[in-house]
Amino acid sequence: MNHSELTQPVDLPARENDSYLAKHTVRSWLLTTDHKRIAILYLLSILFFFLIAAIAAAIIRIELVTPQEDLIGADMYNRMFTLHGVLMVWFFLIPAAPTVLGNFILPLMLGARDVAFPRLNLLSWYLFITGGMVSLYAILVGGVDTGWTFYTPYSTTFTNGHLVTMVAGVFIAGFSSILSGLNFIITTHKLRAPGLTWFRLPLFVWGLYATSIILVLATPVLAMVLVLIAAERLWGIGIFDPAKGGDPVLFQHLFWFYSHPAVYIMILPGMGVVSELIPCFARKRIFGYKFVAAASVAIAVFSFLVWGHHMFVSSQSVYAGFMFSILSYMVAVPSAIKVFNWTATLYKGSISFDTPMLYALGFIGLFTMGGLTGLFVAAIAVDVHVTDTYFIVAHFHYIMVGGMVLGFMGGLHFWWPKITGRMYPEAIGRLAALVTFIGFNLTFFPQFVMGYLGMPRRYQVYPEEFQFYHILSSAGASILGVGYLLPVIYFIWSLKHGPRAPDNPWSATGLEWTTASPPPVHNFHQIPVVVEEAYQYPVPASPPLEAALPGKSQKGEPL
Amino acid sequence: MTFPLFPEQASLGAREVDYVMLWLIGISCFFLLVTAGPIAFFCFRYRRGNQVNRVHIRKGALALEFTWTIIPIFVALGLFGLGASAYFRQRHPPEEAMELHVVGKQWMWKIQHPEGKREINELHLPEGVAVKLLMTSEDVIHSFFVPSFRVKQDVLPGRYTTIWMVPSKPGSYHLFCAEFCGTSHSRMIGRVTIMPRAEYQAWLLTGEQGESPVAAGARLFRELGCTGCHVGSPAVHAPNLNGLFGSVVPLEGGTTTLADERYLRDSIMLPNLQIVHGYEALMPSYQGKVSEEELMAVITYLKTLGSGKRGERIGGPGSAGAVEAGGEAARVQPLHLDMRTPAPAVVQPDGAPAAGGPAKGGTPP
Amino acid sequence: MKVEGQPLHSHFETLQQQENASTLGMWVFIATEVLFFGVIFTAYVYLRWEYPAAVRAGSLHLEIVLGSINTAVLLTSSFIMATAVLMAEAGRRRLASLLAAITAAMGVAFLVIKGTEYSMVIAHGFFPGAGGGPVPGREELFFWLYFLMTGLHALHVFIGVGLLSGVAFFLRRPRGVSVNAVRNIGLYWHFVDLVWVFLFPLLYLASHR
Repeated sequence: MNHSELTQPVDLPARENDSYLAKHTVRSWLLTTDHKRIAILYLLSILFFFLIAAIAAAIIRIELVTPQEDLIGADMYNRMFTLHGVLMVWFFLIPAAPTVLGNFILPLMLGARDVAFPRLNLLSWYLFITGGMVSLYAILVGGVDTGWTFYTPYSTTFTNGHLVTMVAGVFIAGFSSILSGLNFIITTHKLRAPGLTWFRLPLFVWGLYATSIILVLATPVLAMVLVLIAAERLWGIGIFDPAKGGDPVLFQHLFWFYSHPAVYIMILPGMGVVSELIPCFARKRIFGYKFVAAASVAIAVFSFLVWGHHMFVSSQSVYAGFMFSILSYMVAVPSAIKVFNWTATLYKGSISFDTPMLYALGFIGLFTMGGLTGLFVAAIAVDVHVTDTYFIVAHFHYIMVGGMVLGFMGGLHFWWPKITGRMYPEAIGRLAALVTFIGFNLTFFPQFVMGYLGMPRRYQVYPEEFQFYHILSSAGASILGVGYLLPVIYFIWSLKHGPRAPDNPWSATGLEWTTASPPPVHNFHQIPVVVEEAYQYPVPASPPLEAALPGKSQKGEPL
Repeated sequence: MTFPLFPEQASLGAREVDYVMLWLIGISCFFLLVTAGPIAFFCFRYRRGNQVNRVHIRKGALALEFTWTIIPIFVALGLFGLGASAYFRQRHPPEEAMELHVVGKQWMWKIQHPEGKREINELHLPEGVAVKLLMTSEDVIHSFFVPSFRVKQDVLPGRYTTIWMVPSKPGSYHLFCAEFCGTSHSRMIGRVTIMPRAEYQAWLLTGEQGESPVAAGARLFRELGCTGCHVGSPAVHAPNLNGLFGSVVPLEGGTTTLADERYLRDSIMLPNLQIVHGYEALMPSYQGKVSEEELMAVITYLKTLGSGKRGERIGGPGSAGAVEAGGEAARVQPLHLDMRTPAPAVVQPDGAPAAGGPAKGGTPP
Repeated sequence: MKVEGQPLHSHFETLQQQENASTLGMWVFIATEVLFFGVIFTAYVYLRWEYPAAVRAGSLHLEIVLGSINTAVLLTSSFIMATAVLMAEAGRRRLASLLAAITAAMGVAFLVIKGTEYSMVIAHGFFPGAGGGPVPGREELFFWLYFLMTGLHALHVFIGVGLLSGVAFFLRRPRGVSVNAVRNIGLYWHFVDLVWVFLFPLLYLASHR
């Protein structure tokens, strides 16, 4: 029995009539205020932008197979990696977990009927789409070649790209982030079901809450920074122009003040997903719940204090460098605490290796590697050597792809039955997870080696001695592409042909599993009352009983 | 084909960075084993269906939490110490380092040796000698990166940054630009060649010699009209430049500033940004009238206008005529420059060594 | 406390819950605004730290009389808004509506005075890009920041005027406006006032030590 009690017996009408997916009109989708539909709208949108950015990555990796310039010209190459960065960061990584998984699951996990401000939620999506269209327009009319970091004075005075249009798109999308974060914070504070105290919340909620704090506090800074570089470019105000007494490094401070917390926006929800998956597939409550929850908040707070570690060679003072280095080491500690707690959760569990669990384990491995290489770059003397090389590229891809994307995929597989009412095919699911893991490592591990050897980033032509690593990396990228493609195919397939899912195919705890798959429009027929802590997986008394644990039902059999 | 994991160690500093790197690799492997090992083991032992003892499951353990919080903190502090101390040494070049000038621009590196020889995209260095590069950019931010030295430093427009190394292994090494700077960023590369000292001296004498920065600076100081206001008993009340570099300058409004390379550069290019206390905003700007190399030359020359040894900082050992912050600083004895003879440009009251190279007769404004 | 106007949305269980959510939402929104303005204040601090003379000289050219009047206008309007909230809480709709309207009018007055100020400053040639003005140094950047900071603030005043006009209008309709909404809009207005309280001395009083 799951950990919530219903106050009255419920009478479930036929799923099709009541499901949030029932109405089919375009209007019912585009004017919806239902958080579940908005999540789906976001899912389609981020996939669209991901596809464009992934094509750009493919072009880059193909070009880099040879040391010379062959496939595309230099200006086009520079626009490609800028496009890849801008779209991936602002139109995929930052929104994906919060707006897709967060929007769909958060109210359900809280036992609420929707987020606090549903109309604001819809506005968020429209702002996101508008921002995306503006950025896409900038790309289509010629793009920008500054890199996603827009460093001045190149971006303000020298580039001939469409900078203002591009940053306008990001600016608009930024408001989408802020409003989503605001919505989640209020929802978490005010819309919890009766009995659901803070320390009974699932850890995904804690992760989303910490993410939302960063969303609302860091994104406004980005908005103003973009206004400043647009003003500098349009009217030459001079704040970043040394010829007018301005300071180009000031831009870097302001930019990274947002952009470092931004990377924690990307990873915290993924960590939250893993905190859901490990207990479920190990059939065991999480070890050290309060520490994992506190670690999420600590990461959010510390994330604002370390921006200067992107600027060790920028002419920042030595002592500022010291401060940022120490703080960067400190921000690694809460992440380590989470990894240790996840590991301890596995101890004496009963572990099954379903697709979501494979993604969760992959996350832990790859995020740990990415995080450990964070220790490398926090050591200033080492960072001086590896900054602006492929070492950094590998470091952040381990965290963003190895971490965030795997976390997102794990969550998507886990909650797919809840979202769609269908199961995906498990065997291919596991295969895709494995292919992704292998492809990923082949793509990015050689980049660590290349980076330390001195291969700079954002280079189209390079010395021959690096070609071997580039070939490995490009080969890996093609495998990774297959790993991405498979889920797209089988998820779409499952919508029509996948077996129908029961309410709780994983026998997981969590309020979202107490309602139908897919949920009715108003989520719950009766708001549940919570009486226990999270993750109350049954404790096995002795070995023979262990075999009687409810297993995940593949074919949609009742529990 | 060889697959090195580390680039060559071509400087003394490279060794230090690799040492930190080895520690990092070791500790990372340890932590990876400490997490991946148990995870793999638990996944195997506690896989579903495996009949094994699962009793006595604990919710949490405070002692364990503290242990695996405190230990990483200490490890982190240790790693910080390693990285920071190596970095501290990287940022403090020795006083006697030989100073070269580097100007980065889209998309090339221009280098000048103190004896006057110039290079483009090539940097020849003597083995075993401490070398400091004073760098600036003509346009956007670039970054001077030599993997075999393990050093990198952004090169900024309107500002000077420095980097130093002691080349230790003769050979030829990559020089890269490591900050995206536009279309040909990946072609803004060059070669660093380390030669044994004798060979380096011989190399210096080959090819086109060129004026040394100090001589060029002295010449420009006259040609650009600086002497008109700053030397002798001019009609215009302008601050004395003797001993300026390294001193603390009192500004209009009560604040002070250190007269470093940046201050000297700003005083020439944006003179009305910071007015010296007791003076008026009369100096014209030289923006657009002087190139980055010329600016560096003038600044190098100005550094020699001191109370005693060449380039000596105020407050350094043996400084004669030490200048304190305060109103009188600007009114210390005027520069004595012999304008009529084409002799070595720098003549000090107590006879500092002259800079090399012929000085052309300058025309006062 | 008589509650009127706002219907209970279907995802809330009680009206109290709904109102608490709105209020917390406004506070979080204000927090984002603090960060938003914070960047420009940081740019100002940078300018003042590096070039204090330019900031002082630029400040001298601002219309301090008009700026002072605007300060008085905003402070008074905040007082009036606070009273409006009290009246709404007491159920006195028409008085609350009137006071909200007066607050909005004072906001409009603020904008008109600000517009006058801008035209005077521009007429003296201090608009950035118009030849940089007659004074040297970094004053051009000071004036950029002046226009950017006060412009951003004026945009928020303008939005506030809109919100207040809406409150004033709907309070007189049968539907009414919930006390909570009036309070939250009051919060927003006080925040806008508070930003001005910081802007005024930093920009206008920099030369009067």
